[in-house]
Amino acid sequence: MSAEVAIPDAPPVTQVAGASLVLVVVGGIVMASSFPSRPALGVPIALLCLSAILLVIAVLLLVRSPGFAWGTFFLVGRWALLAYTISAGMIEFSFLHNHASGAPLLVVTLMLVLFAINVPLLIAFTVARYQTG
Amino acid sequence: MVDQAAVLSRLEAGVGTEARARSSIQIVPIKGLPIVAVIIVGLIVAISTNSPWALAFYHVAGGGLWTGVDLFVGLVIGPILGSLSIPARAEFSARFMPMMVLIMPTLVIMTLASGFQLAVDIGNFNAANVNHGWLVGSFIVVGIMATIALALLEPANIAVLFEMNKPHPNGAVIARLMRRFVYTAGITGLMQIATLVIMTRVASQ
Repeated sequence: MSAEVAIPDAPPVTQVAGASLVLVVVGGIVMASSFPSRPALGVPIALLCLSAILLVIAVLLLVRSPGFAWGTFFLVGRWALLAYTISAGMIEFSFLHNHASGAPLLVVTLMLVLFAINVPLLIAFTVARYQTG
Repeated sequence: MVDQAAVLSRLEAGVGTEARARSSIQIVPIKGLPIVAVIIVGLIVAISTNSPWALAFYHVAGGGLWTGVDLFVGLVIGPILGSLSIPARAEFSARFMPMMVLIMPTLVIMTLASGFQLAVDIGNFNAANVNHGWLVGSFIVVGIMATIALALLEPANIAVLFEMNKPHPNGAVIARLMRRFVYTAGITGLMQIATLVIMTRVASQ
């Protein structure tokens, strides 16, 4: 084990993607709180859009970081994506089973898509940032 | 206090019993995947059939284990882990973390999915229901715990395993990631106390 190797600097992907995850979780809480009634969609859609923008910024920060260990990132990311697609799928199934439909279902689905991308991104980035490219 | 740099130097030099060859760590225990698959299939059946017993079983068993594991790891294992030397933490984590990679997401999804369905079936979701406010409170607590676990704890957990799989792991990286694990596990452990208060309240009114 080597103690003296410096920890590499990394762009603030965890912070930005984490903020995106917070927004999508808050949106999910707002949607679930009014279930099974039809919720007002203004706040959830605003949270969804902000979350998507932050996720895009996180991806851009990642793409622009030189010497990033993309091999490790994709290795970890694809398995995490599979795991969190199953998790998101279970939540989607719960909403479908309870007859969610129309615009609320679309908003929930898009939130789940963001969730299923965001978490693997966070996991894969945290692993890959300490690996060599 | 143990001088960790000295210990690490000794390990680097191959001195001491800790320096024995460590086999590659299996990050996801493959043997556990069929068990997870069976649990997920059972969960889908429980929700599809709206079986009160199956939903209550999944929610109570999953939630009890989730809360218990979080409290134990956050308030018992975490502080012990934080007080160990880095090589000792690495040895413990190499065996402990892969299990957590499978156990925790499985417990979380079985608890949340069955709990959601149970609340719909019982009527707790109706705004007029006496439990509605408590349920929203539980969403907020779970939302905070999920964000901490998914954004910080689990990535640190997996990253530390990758670091330890290297021929020459970086002690500073392991120390930083383990510190993150210990703090976040402590926070989620404390938040589980709020879950216990809310869920016992919901069940008793």
